[in-house]
Amino acid sequence: MKSIQLDTQLQENRKGKSLLKKVLNTPPLLWGGMMFALLIGVAVFAPVISPYQPSHQNLFAILQPPSTKHWLGTDQLGRDLFTRVIYAARTDLSIMVLAEVIPFCTGVFLGMLAGYYGKWIDTLITLITDTLIAFPFYLIVIIVAFASGAGQKGIYITFILVGWIVYARVIKGLSASFRKQEWIAAAQTLGIPGVKIILRHLLPNVLPQAVVVLMTDMVGLLVAIVTLGYLGIGIAPPTPDWGTMISDGQSFIATAWWLSAVPGCAVVYTGIALSLVGDGLADIWRRK
Amino acid sequence: MMAPILEVEKLSLATRSKKKLVSNVSFTIGRGESMGLVGESGSGKSLTLRSIIGLLPPGIEQVSANIRCSGRCAMIFQDPIGALDPLCPVVGQLAEVVAYNQKVSRKASRKIAFELLDMLGLPASLKQKDRYPHQLSGGQCQRIVIAMALACKPDILLCDEPTTALDVTVQHQILEIITRLQKELGFAMVFVTHNLAIVSSMCSRLCVMKEGQIIERGDTLTLLQNPQNPYTQRLISSVLPVPDFERRPVL
Repeated sequence: MKSIQLDTQLQENRKGKSLLKKVLNTPPLLWGGMMFALLIGVAVFAPVISPYQPSHQNLFAILQPPSTKHWLGTDQLGRDLFTRVIYAARTDLSIMVLAEVIPFCTGVFLGMLAGYYGKWIDTLITLITDTLIAFPFYLIVIIVAFASGAGQKGIYITFILVGWIVYARVIKGLSASFRKQEWIAAAQTLGIPGVKIILRHLLPNVLPQAVVVLMTDMVGLLVAIVTLGYLGIGIAPPTPDWGTMISDGQSFIATAWWLSAVPGCAVVYTGIALSLVGDGLADIWRRK
Repeated sequence: MMAPILEVEKLSLATRSKKKLVSNVSFTIGRGESMGLVGESGSGKSLTLRSIIGLLPPGIEQVSANIRCSGRCAMIFQDPIGALDPLCPVVGQLAEVVAYNQKVSRKASRKIAFELLDMLGLPASLKQKDRYPHQLSGGQCQRIVIAMALACKPDILLCDEPTTALDVTVQHQILEIITRLQKELGFAMVFVTHNLAIVSSMCSRLCVMKEGQIIERGDTLTLLQNPQNPYTQRLISSVLPVPDFERRPVL
């Protein structure tokens, strides 16, 4: 009996490090997070930061180089470039986040179904993902964007159609590997219904990986949004958007190179920030 | 013997490529009885156990089987930490199993879960603060796993080497608990192990398996003292004697 009491004392376990400490110990997450927070901050407070309106034209001051009055100069219609870049962050980032919601949910859910149940569900979902993945992504994007008319709608529709594939593939593999673990088998023998096992036990286990994929996938989506804008089938002017700005500035690349370079750098900056965040999150969850 | 609660008749398992893993295994267990299933690794004892509860790994099929089970089965696993959801607090998991098996409300299920914690000698501090499996020791996790099995109110408890992954001292505690609970609750038990010492203290009957077949069976003590099959003899003689006890007369 004595020996039993010995074991009943809970192990002295190391206190879970606070979230902040974890973040501080992961440089990629720290830097990526700060970069992304800055970006979000600038986008949210755009009207406060910038004295100009994004579509306010001043034809007396076109194609001006950076100065104290216009921090990044003006474009061919005399609009303040800095104002337009930070307003474009609003447009592009909000589309980026909104367009990921549905694909993320459906992809994770279908992936879990395929991985957990296997058999015909797996075959069916694999068949669909493999077929869709055979088409170049931009081909589908351009076709759908044309079919649905230019604007944000095309991006949303395309992404609902093909965006879930990445998640489904990753989560399917992950779920299938969890499926082989004993605790899923144990839960089944203990009479917990399959749907409950998926939602209450499998989902929390695959979610970290899904979020890491989300971060990298958002970068790809942002590039797609910008590409569509560049090709003139994305967001319609006068709404500021990095892609349209790059293509507008292209004609002046010899005299006013910053018109294209600044929005281009904004895309790269966002991409780096998100990739770092994804990397850092993956690091944290791996270490645990 | 009492009316059998579990009858396994001519159980044969094979892989898809027709490689035989278990052939013609039959046994019966009466209510409240405990039977040991011993044999070397790969002799098919775990597979036999798993096919009773329908947990065959993918790729293995029942070629023929007639399993009659007039009661509820629950299983205890070899690796207790692996048998718990790593991201779900243990009392929460236990309460969930209670809720589904005893059809009670969430609140009531927590109460029953607490009772089970007491029954298994788990620390009372778990009631205030739930813990994750990695925060508990192997022995504590195994207690939770046993509690989850008991929450199903089983008539038959299937034990798949429940102490192999544990420390020797903890092994003893877990076996004590299982014996005590069996006396209190009166479930039948199939105990898979390769530890003959455990079997001799836990089980009244014994089946020895080799290469997917039962090669010898009988009353535990008779079988251990007077093994007929050469394999059983080798199995018994392979148990390392404790040097100090060697000079004393055996039993």
